[in-house]
Amino acid sequence: MGALSTARVLLVALAVIVLASFLPLWVSGYILGLLTLAYYFGVFSMAWDLLFGFAGEVNFGPTFLIGTGAYTAGILDNLYRPPIWVCLAAGALAAVIGGVVLALPALRVRGPYFGLTTLVAVLILQNFIVVAAGLTGGEIGLTVPDVISISDTTNYEIALWFMAASGAILFALSRSPVGLILQASGQDAVQAGALGFNVTKHKLAAFIISAFFSGLAGALLVFYMGTASVGTLVDITVGVQIIIAVVLGGRRTILGGVLGSVFLIAMSEALRPLGDLSSFVVSAMALVVVLAFPSGLLGLLTRTKETA
Amino acid sequence: MTVFWQILIDGFAISSLYALGATGFALIFGVSGVLNLSHGALMVAAVVAAWAAGNDLHVGPYAGAAIGVAVGFLASLATYFAVVRTLQRSRKIREEEKEIFILTATLLWGIMIQELIAYIFTNNAKTVAPIVNGVVMIAGVRTPANEIFTAIVCWLTIGLLWLVVNRTRAGKAVLAASMNPRGVTLLGIELSQVYVVVWAIYGVLVGVAGVLLGMFLGVSSYSVGPLTASAFAIVVLGGLGSVSGALIAAYVVGYLETLTAYLISPAYRTIPALLLLVAVMYVRPRGLLGRR
Repeated sequence: MGALSTARVLLVALAVIVLASFLPLWVSGYILGLLTLAYYFGVFSMAWDLLFGFAGEVNFGPTFLIGTGAYTAGILDNLYRPPIWVCLAAGALAAVIGGVVLALPALRVRGPYFGLTTLVAVLILQNFIVVAAGLTGGEIGLTVPDVISISDTTNYEIALWFMAASGAILFALSRSPVGLILQASGQDAVQAGALGFNVTKHKLAAFIISAFFSGLAGALLVFYMGTASVGTLVDITVGVQIIIAVVLGGRRTILGGVLGSVFLIAMSEALRPLGDLSSFVVSAMALVVVLAFPSGLLGLLTRTKETA
Repeated sequence: MTVFWQILIDGFAISSLYALGATGFALIFGVSGVLNLSHGALMVAAVVAAWAAGNDLHVGPYAGAAIGVAVGFLASLATYFAVVRTLQRSRKIREEEKEIFILTATLLWGIMIQELIAYIFTNNAKTVAPIVNGVVMIAGVRTPANEIFTAIVCWLTIGLLWLVVNRTRAGKAVLAASMNPRGVTLLGIELSQVYVVVWAIYGVLVGVAGVLLGMFLGVSSYSVGPLTASAFAIVVLGGLGSVSGALIAAYVVGYLETLTAYLISPAYRTIPALLLLVAVMYVRPRGLLGRR
């Protein structure tokens, strides 16, 4: 990843973001809605990439963190109707707490065992939401009384700049000494530990940061859509979408996740005429990318050479 | 007392099915270190093939079951050649990252199979016509004969697997490869051939388990995720790479689920098993009989 300096990447990204912020002048509300969704998914993907690409942990449970944040914010709004920012803060906080609770047992184990523990967390949350239907709306879903805004443009700009801010923080973090230590512990935990770095502490920190952004984005998404349901926020297929987005965009790049998310949503929209076959085509394309271009779209664009 | 026998019998049938499904999953991991996340999709493919053969081609239950097993076998080999071998031989991916890539790629492969099945045969639940019908009275419990048939076939297949692995030349090579891959290479056995054998055996196991599941409970394309998750959970609980661990874990999970469904509520069926799994991960991160 030495080909591009941090400053140059951020400059290019900023230019793209500024350009994107003028989109509402040209495109319809429908496309803005799609992009809004894609941007929130971009944040999910970036948060996931920090754990996967850098700390080297396959977290099958990104939706555990997202769902915890989203449902906490939604339920709080339903019960007490505090200002929205209180709900958002509560959602982010709950996701962080959930992240710590999940990370403490999960980080004791490695590789596939970690993956499974996180997968189980999603299943438990899903079961809990269905069982506690009185509070969460169960399988039908939760409706919140408040939304941030009903204007497509406002929602779009909020999502865009939220994504930009999260991306900048996560990207800077990944290029900082902390990011390097994470990368080292992901590649060889024993050696990183022998060099005197507290591997568990750094991974826990990565988990907490990932949880914070996932939970906050999940909570924002609830107040954008006005609803929360297992199918859109918690189900394992949602987590799979996030994983596909990161792998497509390019893992260990943080920003690739956004590219992957926008690409996925654009593709499923473009392939809509195919009907039910579209998800088949999308996953087939993702598989081809994984098999043939393991460094993803961003890797293709920047042609960064990996030391094989 | 009837409830006790009912739980005992029902739990045994379900657990045997879990055991058969998880054995193949454990075998693949033990020999080649591959966690095949398309497991559930392969099982569902076998069921749907058996169902379609019975419904659309009007073949008998035996021929339908045979077609289902054959499709499971072919799908398993296709998974190995198209996805797993491509990644194992790739020069663009670093060795230490291959595990993660195989996880992602088999997951995508599974979704492709699932979506294709949903597209061609819809999402509706499909039940394969059972080979044996009728009910038998065991200790005062009306038990479908199919349940007993399921348990017997599961154990016969597992017994056959034991014979193949311990008594045939190819099977012994597989066993040796699971203990020490490099040692096997030094003895002049081509490791990639061992992998083909393992995936072939796995294909038969997946096919049989799938067809039995189709006769016992029925599946839809939505079952793909939960089936993979339960095999994964059982294998991890037993300890990755340990087939006997997976067998024990299958019975623990099967009985725990049946007990919960009978004594508390079917809605809570999977929760205690999931909590147990997390607890085991916490106190014994390598599972019950794990060695890796």
